[in-house]
Amino acid sequence: MNKMNASGWKPGTPVSVDNEGDYPTVTGNKALMLEERLVFELGTRETCGVDLPEPDASAPNRLGKFARRKPIDLPGLSEPETVRHYTRLSRQNYAIDLGLFPLGSCTMKHNPRLNEKVARMPGFADVHPLQPVDTIKGALGVIDELSHWLIELTGMSAVAMSPKAGAHGELCGILCIRAALEARGDMRKVVLVPESAHGTNPATAAFAGYEVEDIPAAPDGRVDLDALKARLGPDVAGVMITNPNTCGLFEKDMKAISDAVHAAGGLVYCDGANFNAIMGRVRPGDLGVDAMHINLHKTFSTPHGGGGPGSGPVVLSEALAPFAPLPFVVKDADGEIRLVEEENVGDEFPGSFGRMTAFHGQMGMFTRALTYILSHGADGLRQASGDAVLNANYLLRSLDDVLDAPFGDAGHCMHEALFSDHGFAEGMSTLDVAKGLIDEGFHPMTMYFPLVVHGAMLVEPTETESKATLDQFVVAMRSLAERAKAGDETLKSAPHHAPRARLDEAHAARKPVLAWNGQDDA
Amino acid sequence: MRYLPLTQPDRQAMLDVIGAASVDDLFADVPNEHYLDGPVEGLPLAAGEMAVEKHMRRLSKQNLAAADAAFFCGAGAYRHHVPATVDHIIQRGEFLTAYTPYQPEIAQGTLQMLFEFQTQVARLYGCAIANASMYDGSTACWEAIVMAARLTKRNRVLMSGGVHPHYVSVAQTMARFTPGHIDYELPVLASEPGDAALIGRIDEETSCVVVQYPDIMGRIPDLQRIADAAHDKGALLIVVNTEPVALGALEAPGNLGADIVVGEGQAIGVGLQFGGPYLGLFAITNPKHVRQMPGRLCGETVDADGKRGFVLTLSTREQHIRREKATSNICTNSGLCALAFSVHMTLLGEKGLTALAAENHRLACVAADRLERVPGVSVLNEAFFNEFTLVLDKEARPIVRALAEKGVLAGVALGRLFPDGEGRENGLLVTVTETVTEEDIETLAIALEEALA
Amino acid sequence: MPRYFTEEHEWIDVEGDSATIGITDYAQEQLGDIVFVETPQTGTELAKGAEAAVVESVKAASDVYAPISGTVTEGNAALDDDPELVNSSPEDEGWFFRLTVSDASELEGLMDEAAYKTFCEGLD
Repeated sequence: MNKMNASGWKPGTPVSVDNEGDYPTVTGNKALMLEERLVFELGTRETCGVDLPEPDASAPNRLGKFARRKPIDLPGLSEPETVRHYTRLSRQNYAIDLGLFPLGSCTMKHNPRLNEKVARMPGFADVHPLQPVDTIKGALGVIDELSHWLIELTGMSAVAMSPKAGAHGELCGILCIRAALEARGDMRKVVLVPESAHGTNPATAAFAGYEVEDIPAAPDGRVDLDALKARLGPDVAGVMITNPNTCGLFEKDMKAISDAVHAAGGLVYCDGANFNAIMGRVRPGDLGVDAMHINLHKTFSTPHGGGGPGSGPVVLSEALAPFAPLPFVVKDADGEIRLVEEENVGDEFPGSFGRMTAFHGQMGMFTRALTYILSHGADGLRQASGDAVLNANYLLRSLDDVLDAPFGDAGHCMHEALFSDHGFAEGMSTLDVAKGLIDEGFHPMTMYFPLVVHGAMLVEPTETESKATLDQFVVAMRSLAERAKAGDETLKSAPHHAPRARLDEAHAARKPVLAWNGQDDA
Repeated sequence: MRYLPLTQPDRQAMLDVIGAASVDDLFADVPNEHYLDGPVEGLPLAAGEMAVEKHMRRLSKQNLAAADAAFFCGAGAYRHHVPATVDHIIQRGEFLTAYTPYQPEIAQGTLQMLFEFQTQVARLYGCAIANASMYDGSTACWEAIVMAARLTKRNRVLMSGGVHPHYVSVAQTMARFTPGHIDYELPVLASEPGDAALIGRIDEETSCVVVQYPDIMGRIPDLQRIADAAHDKGALLIVVNTEPVALGALEAPGNLGADIVVGEGQAIGVGLQFGGPYLGLFAITNPKHVRQMPGRLCGETVDADGKRGFVLTLSTREQHIRREKATSNICTNSGLCALAFSVHMTLLGEKGLTALAAENHRLACVAADRLERVPGVSVLNEAFFNEFTLVLDKEARPIVRALAEKGVLAGVALGRLFPDGEGRENGLLVTVTETVTEEDIETLAIALEEALA
Repeated sequence: MPRYFTEEHEWIDVEGDSATIGITDYAQEQLGDIVFVETPQTGTELAKGAEAAVVESVKAASDVYAPISGTVTEGNAALDDDPELVNSSPEDEGWFFRLTVSDASELEGLMDEAAYKTFCEGLD
């Protein structure tokens, strides 16, 4: 067994690499690729990168008996060491800024820097959430203006802005549905979820106290309308549908689905993760949707930041608008924008189901998303969805002769192209192709999702990729497809050129080491 | 449009490959009657950088930025100096524009940072294990309550009146839809947090006691005493902290008997941002509870060449695998905010955090002494860190509004947080961090004196 | 000592009124590297079909159901430290838990080794 703390960086010990043509170095570094130890191995408790007054031990103290006695044991670094530490770490990451990031259902599009500049304006960045309302008129203005865009783009009645991310938005939508049903004394128990749904959908419905039942997909990859209709009844609170769905297809029957659910007394939740495909082309409100979350970090270009923060506003139909969570912003007939919180919710909005988060939601994401939206305008957003769909179809048709495209005959795809591992040599998998893509300088696509396709590869290029980039990706994918079909063993050990080879995930999960334990064997 | 690289000839060439006549044809699956054949009506069209920036700047100017005021607001969101280095690092594209590190071979930068972050949070809280962050303090608090229910198989939640009322409100909302029952009484305007009364309400049905440290009025509860009482009845102690800088001066909750420590990490590195995005912190003292813990976790392992590396681990707890049996509804963490926190914490280190906490406390003591000399004002707290409650001889909300017009953001009126009176309407929560000058304190004192006269 | 098998890929060894239960070699093969096993506490009364244990690999978590009713007498403590025993010795050292058989008639209708082998062949 390898030692857990075998750091890549060990003075004087050349890293043993037996690949032909690889020249080991004493430091383990390779020119611009620099190994970096943990801050706990680099820093000391006496080092500090910020200038602060020396504490005066004789100063008056109002801490009572609660003053700290045990040391925290936090190492610090000086400013230059800090900059270098994180800069070195950053270079071990792939990112949109470096190249194509075709993760299906994640919409990894370019993150404009104007967004960042605007979010840092002192009037947005340096404002407290509980300042008197007269001093935050601009913040309420941003929320109102962004709300207006989201409502108009989706054809809905209202929007709840406070959810912190996509799954939080899903929960918000389902809680609105539950609150609306309860308000009419209807205690329905079941939420229907198509089997091709995002994994978060059934989890969300369960958290809101519902039983989840699967609805099968039809052979063409879409919801089986007849199966859905057959299951509807007085116990069904609603359905959760992803449209465009996770196979990259538009649900042609969406309006018929909504009508059937409404006729049975239920409500329709739409997972809006894939809104980038239809923005400015079709409005979910026109298709009978009652609630849909919008991932500002997908469709509206706020940065993913290595795993958040996200932002998940939820647009609501007229039926659900009265149940939106606190706080929210309303615009009166005279144009006055008001903040509605616990203290003034009163008789005006008695249905609100409560509060989902401490303050007003992800303001820093609202400013970025609004900046993005204003930059595009209604025409640019429509062009963006068109180019996103065009790019995905271009990849689908440039690869469907070398890779199996399970729904390739179902017509055009939306903003993502789906392939399977059908035809790969025995022992070769989607994972191997993904790791091979890393060596070719691309981020892998989404793997093994949706579950309805064996060895799925879901490719979402987004509209911010040039044709030249797509053409290079096609060359790489065609080569990898051929290697997978030929059973090229070197793919099994890919990546060969990344900062790390494949990592032992079973080892990490069996005896979890989740914090630095202080043992330094370097 | 400057963000769209395709040219018209590109589009035509690609359509030829696809075999479609136009981009509109690609949307053939959308029923005709619902397909929009032009931009959504009534909305503005594309605009250049200068025009957009001008529009957004105009909106930003309608807000009073903290830097332009004498600023004393807190109550769960704190203004501290964030070193320029922090913002530089989080704007590096390799961090800013990366996804969740699901491909660890090309995400070691984010993963190692998260491992360091988890360790920093665990040590700050006096805990064994911290996760890779959650949405914010309020949602982390609810997740802790759910975790305690899973561990104890009990459903009665005892929340102290000292917990931030928004956090309580989130828990009450979520409890409406789950088997949990929240037992909560509004706080009394008293110099100490009322630990004995809280302890008296713990019973054999109680899954957890939730206590904020320091509390919403800046008071400091005796955690060890509450922990002992909770453990006697088989309940867990959840400690909420909204001001991590306080833990540079106060003993860590994990060293005082807490089982789960959660909090808001915004104060370190993140900035005010009108309430979000913020940074939920979550840590536990007993490592055996890790499989019941919500949120992403980063762990150490080795790669195929034997080199140390990091991966997201124990993901079977999460909803994309466990579906309706997942430990939490939370999917994303707050990665970039965790990075900001971690960079700031690395710059501070033990020495800096201790000095920062000392400076906050020194200034807060200066402010409390000065403000107590204003006629009609008394300081409620026996003990505090950088936040304390003033009791005015009038309702505080109109005073806060009047002072804001003079460029003084005097603090958060308790009447804003607790709309139902009982004397709390005269309370004013004042926060004093290192960003406050002694001149600001004098400005506040004079303005308060004028307003109360 | 008779060994029984279920369609959920569990095996049951019965000795007197005591039964030892684990998952089959086929099941561990499907799951991949096992990283964690949660066994039931001694004294737990299980009805047939109740959730009894959880087995996790890196990418999947599965519930193990009680194949027959009974009271748990022992969980396999060795799995706490070495969950990989389920991979290396699924039908011996990697057993999950033991219980007292409360209704021997529930064993009727379970498969023997030959029938289980045929059942698995039908799955591929």
